[in-house]
Amino acid sequence: MIDTSTYFDMKGWKRFGSICRASFRPAALSDEDGRMRTRLTTDEIAVRDAFGDFFTNESPSAVVRGAATGNGFDRSLWEALSAMGAPGMSLPESMGGAGATLTDLAIVAEVAGAHLAPVPLVEHAVAARALARSGGHDALVAELATGELIGTVALRSPIEGTARLVPAGAIADLVLHHGDGRTELSRNPAPGAAVPNTADLPLAHRATTGAEPVALDDAGWERTLDEWRALTAVAYVGLAKRALEIGVAYAKERIQFGVPIGTFQAVQHGFADAGTRVEGAHLLAQRAVWALDTDQSDACRLAGMALLFAAESARFATDRALQYHGGYGFSEEYDIQLYHRHATAWILQLGEPAAEYARLAAAEYGPVEGAA
Amino acid sequence: MDFSFPPDVEAFRAEVRSFLDEHLTEEMIEATHDGTIHAPELHAAMAAKGWLAGPVPEELGGGGRSALESVVLNEEMQLARAPIDAMAVAIIVAAILLEHGNDFLKETAVPRLLDGSALGCFGYTEPESGSDVAAATTRAVQDGDEWVINGAKMWTTMAHVADYVILLTRTDPDVPKHKGLTFFLVPLDTPGIEIQPVPTMATERSNATFYDDVRLSDDWRVGDVNGGWAVMKTALKYERGIAGGQFLSPPVIGAAVDWACNHVRADGRRPIDDPAVRETLIRAEIDVEVCRGFAYHCADLANEGEMFGVEGSMTKLFASETYKRHAREFHDLMGAEGLLTHESPEAHLGGRIEENLRHSPVTAIYGGTSEINRNLVAEVHLGLPRMR
Repeated sequence: MIDTSTYFDMKGWKRFGSICRASFRPAALSDEDGRMRTRLTTDEIAVRDAFGDFFTNESPSAVVRGAATGNGFDRSLWEALSAMGAPGMSLPESMGGAGATLTDLAIVAEVAGAHLAPVPLVEHAVAARALARSGGHDALVAELATGELIGTVALRSPIEGTARLVPAGAIADLVLHHGDGRTELSRNPAPGAAVPNTADLPLAHRATTGAEPVALDDAGWERTLDEWRALTAVAYVGLAKRALEIGVAYAKERIQFGVPIGTFQAVQHGFADAGTRVEGAHLLAQRAVWALDTDQSDACRLAGMALLFAAESARFATDRALQYHGGYGFSEEYDIQLYHRHATAWILQLGEPAAEYARLAAAEYGPVEGAA
Repeated sequence: MDFSFPPDVEAFRAEVRSFLDEHLTEEMIEATHDGTIHAPELHAAMAAKGWLAGPVPEELGGGGRSALESVVLNEEMQLARAPIDAMAVAIIVAAILLEHGNDFLKETAVPRLLDGSALGCFGYTEPESGSDVAAATTRAVQDGDEWVINGAKMWTTMAHVADYVILLTRTDPDVPKHKGLTFFLVPLDTPGIEIQPVPTMATERSNATFYDDVRLSDDWRVGDVNGGWAVMKTALKYERGIAGGQFLSPPVIGAAVDWACNHVRADGRRPIDDPAVRETLIRAEIDVEVCRGFAYHCADLANEGEMFGVEGSMTKLFASETYKRHAREFHDLMGAEGLLTHESPEAHLGGRIEENLRHSPVTAIYGGTSEINRNLVAEVHLGLPRMR
């Protein structure tokens, strides 16, 4: 167990973390002219590098594997991340947050995704932001901002008093859920153990009995889910880029027929197709986050599209990277299988991908006529 | 991070839309069924606006429009199905001449290309050299102060209506292939040139051109003797930067949605009420948004003065491969009715989907095949070893 306070002081992280927090732009954007900037700004690069170094040091695959044998969560990593200010970075300053934009949060989500960090950064932020928007929960939001209290969202409506397979449900202190037009907050105790699942995620069923009402209507809840979609899309991009790095590095080292397998065009072209899709997913996911940040009229559409495309691209990329590992890719020892399993799992927490396509189609083409 | 355009670029988009409303007609689009993807009236109206010179840098004598304005112009033209092939080639040839040409070429050919009175065509590809473009064998030999050219070029599309061909020739066969190439601008009415049509599986016509003791003065040379590869790189840079291809799918998707909403199947239901059809359509819409991201990203890079390379390869690879798939899927959607061509009065929307199905394969071939682009993405974007 690392003593985080000493560690951060030693590394100067605490100081740097506060510099980062100070550099976050306020959530309310100015009405300055648009300027088509598809790449990170200098400030955004500073945030990425700070958290990139953090996750490289604090969330190596040994940490991911360690969490997998427990409940899919690493509390000391969460505490270290909290010391960096990440859980509250995108919450209003009036509620103890740092007032950063969703775009800033997305940068952290991407590097967390790249390292498969076993912490519920996205779910926690989305739940806390929803409570902050709903009003009347300022004290609770302030507790969430420090990371001392962990929040999450049930992505699917509870049935008969139970929300099934809630992301971070194994460990979250509070669960935000929505059904029958009502948003509610449950604070039943976390089970502490995850249900066994494909990617060793901290999934658990949560009782929704005794829930308190939250003033968030259907549109407000949809916004909450769209933030989850866009941030998860960005995390998928981080995962996929890292999976390709791992695969490419392996293909440059692995010798067969007397040459590195990365010299074979069959291998190169599989990687090239994956790299192209992942780059496309990156641009779409960032645009979706920006659209939510700035309340663009197509934000909801882009968030849904970004998640589906990023998930599919990440699944393709991890499939290629695992394939080019040969038998080793299938072995537990190599990290690429972790990426493959996480790529498979993340989007399914929301439900069937087909239902997501159908949801977007309904918005585009109207409801199905003659449907039951 | 900011994915919005500055107000002046949005204003330009509005101007382009009203221009297209005024000048682009359905008859113009249908007229391309004669095989020539060119609309002379539209071309002239574009020239009058000064838009042909738009993407060419101002310091080279062009219109100096920003890369953001260029991508917006490109996007709107493609969404409106404007026949812009000849226009794109004319602009690229002018840009090459402005960057590498002598005063004679800048004073004679360039003004005509940019005022819309002349058209150009590309003469890079040969019967035996396509992707390996530097292997060109069309020979140019100096004879006194003239050059004598002999050889053959394939895919000189537009040659039958063009005034000039920008020709890649071999001037030194005894050095490594990239070091013995020289470019010329050749007026197509020069004696010794023969143009033969190459019909294609789509409606468009291409050409093969043959050069038999074609004699030219040195004035028509573009760039240095044996310096042709530098010109080729400029040519490819402008081809990626100016030519379109990022928004090929939307007109096909639009036609498919129209079909899906208005056709009634034997079971009495519309295709749009079939979940499988809806998913295919929405997946195509997602691909379009990915293409839009790529297009805007390339424009952003160019606008900041960073000429994009591999980003252009990714854009073209993704856009052309998904366009092929969309055309196939929506042709399938129509079943037997999809087989009707534009020549049939019963064809849905003038046979638009059928025509796109036949056109789509070439988009993954011309201007850099998907295989060449995958090589570039593997090497440049991912850092895999160069193998050619």
